[in-house]
Amino acid sequence: MKKAQNMPYQSRTLGAEAWYRFKKNKLALGALAIFIFLALMAITTIIIDLVTNNSFYDKYVISQDLLQRLQPPSKEHVLGMDEFGRDILLRIIWGTRYSLFMGAFAVLGASVLGGIIGAVAGYYNMMDTILMRIMDVFLAIPTTLLAVAIVAATGPSLVNVVLAIAISQTPTFARVIRAQVLTIKDQEFIEAARSAGASDARIIFRYIVPNALSPMIVQVTMGMASAILSIAGLSFIGMGIQAPMPEWGAMLSNARSYIRDAWHITVMPGAAIMITILILNIIGDGLRDALDPRMKN
Amino acid sequence: MSASKQTILSVEHLKKYFQTASGQLHAVDDVNFTLAKGETLGVVGESGCGKSTLGRTILRLHEPTDGKVIFDGKDVTACSKQEMKKLREDMQIIFQDPFASINPRMTVSQTIAEPLLIQGRYKPGDKEALNRHVRQVMDRVGLAQRLVNAYPHELDGGRRQRIGIGRALALEPKFIVCDEPVSALDVSIQAQILNLMQDIQEEMGLTYLFITHDLSVVKHLSNQIMVMYLGQVVEICDAKQLFRAPVHPYTKALLSAIPIPDPRVKMNKIPLKDELSSPINPKPGCRFAKRCPYATPECTAGDIPLCEVEPGHSVACIKAAQFKDAMA
Repeated sequence: MKKAQNMPYQSRTLGAEAWYRFKKNKLALGALAIFIFLALMAITTIIIDLVTNNSFYDKYVISQDLLQRLQPPSKEHVLGMDEFGRDILLRIIWGTRYSLFMGAFAVLGASVLGGIIGAVAGYYNMMDTILMRIMDVFLAIPTTLLAVAIVAATGPSLVNVVLAIAISQTPTFARVIRAQVLTIKDQEFIEAARSAGASDARIIFRYIVPNALSPMIVQVTMGMASAILSIAGLSFIGMGIQAPMPEWGAMLSNARSYIRDAWHITVMPGAAIMITILILNIIGDGLRDALDPRMKN
Repeated sequence: MSASKQTILSVEHLKKYFQTASGQLHAVDDVNFTLAKGETLGVVGESGCGKSTLGRTILRLHEPTDGKVIFDGKDVTACSKQEMKKLREDMQIIFQDPFASINPRMTVSQTIAEPLLIQGRYKPGDKEALNRHVRQVMDRVGLAQRLVNAYPHELDGGRRQRIGIGRALALEPKFIVCDEPVSALDVSIQAQILNLMQDIQEEMGLTYLFITHDLSVVKHLSNQIMVMYLGQVVEICDAKQLFRAPVHPYTKALLSAIPIPDPRVKMNKIPLKDELSSPINPKPGCRFAKRCPYATPECTAGDIPLCEVEPGHSVACIKAAQFKDAMA
């Protein structure tokens, strides 16, 4: 900041303002810390695999040791061993990448696609009915069922699962963005821009998008939670990530036949899924409160 | 109006209809007036009478249904997109609600710089000159320099309205539509803003179209006053003359409702029966007839044109001459 004669008013940007309010919410802050930890963990496993050329992965995450199968949690193996004698903790750690990154990509795809559809529908009245009725058709089919159908048609692979989830979430994003654009485009500051001679593109990118961002961010967090659940669900019914890859839903699916003999191999991956979704929802709630200007105090 | 004054804006048979589910809404119906350079025309009328729509249609923020707007010799309604953009440098608007009319994501300086950038007055790289211009505008509208980086949510209504005025002034326009610029502010701030607007008008030779529902506000500001009722002009005349001798029954009722700040003076309010009738598919004749204490069947028989009762004073009422004589 320049030291002018009159000290310029030190202003917090709206982002800084939101962060200030988010920080006060200790629960959400804790959830964010856990989420960052999970993300760093997932990145670390990818680096380890790259550096060791998958030898660590082959030796500890995939290779079986039937002598140790179904061992309960112990000092060496904190979460115990699974039905093939593999360390469950390691498998959960290695599985984080699927849930987090596939979920992230799916939501990214859904938000871009849904964002464009919603913005066009909201801004241009002519397109509204056509686009939103198509979105309604998609919404009428339950998200998971739609994803199952898409994967069933295209075959189970990482890319197809991400695409399926992205497509099934697109209508939700389109609706959120359309509602935002509809309320923003009738505000007087849009008219003010128009009276200065601003073009449509300038109005959309300088006025509408920045003002529509907060609900979008919240929707991304919440959407990611449901994407992770969908990935786990698809893998559980065998349409997502295939064994022996340590995906949480797939682990759950394989473990469920042993639930009477070894509770831990079902509960541990289940808990991993639950905790991840829970922290995302807590972060989403915290963001909603922090970004809503009416909550300001 | 004397011929020596240069006409900057003339509005001819301007109409703006909106299509609604239940029919055609006549928001502005055949409005005519001329406005001389450096003068102020006050437009008054109750909510929903089409004042704001008139202002916006003149600026072509709404496409007019019919009629012409001649601004500075050019027909605004016939301009192409390019010509319109050029023309917008000279005609600006100040909005009513300073909370809704400023982009909450832009700082004070960004908001004021926006019209300058849109019109390409400064190249995007020329930050220094742009900032200098913005600071000048802030000075002129009485915004402290320390607020350059402030966001609108950090400021009170009066300061926000100063931003709105600054934004309108940045391009140094010739004509500004003031759409109820003080009605969202509290009374002490109203006076400040009105004084500011008057000072700027003198300084820059601006022409104002001042829209308001508050007669005491326009009284001191306007040269001419135009009274609207349901999209039509019912009376247009010199400001002083209007307050001294209103002719149209609606104008009289409106003037009688101005509060007198003295508890001992008894106000002779002329109460109006009923409510504003619907502007959708209006019936022919005087639109005020339903509420008028002097209405006769002739009032609703056919359309009533605006007629001059004395030089520079026009009234749309079949009994105008009668009322005029009664007063004399």
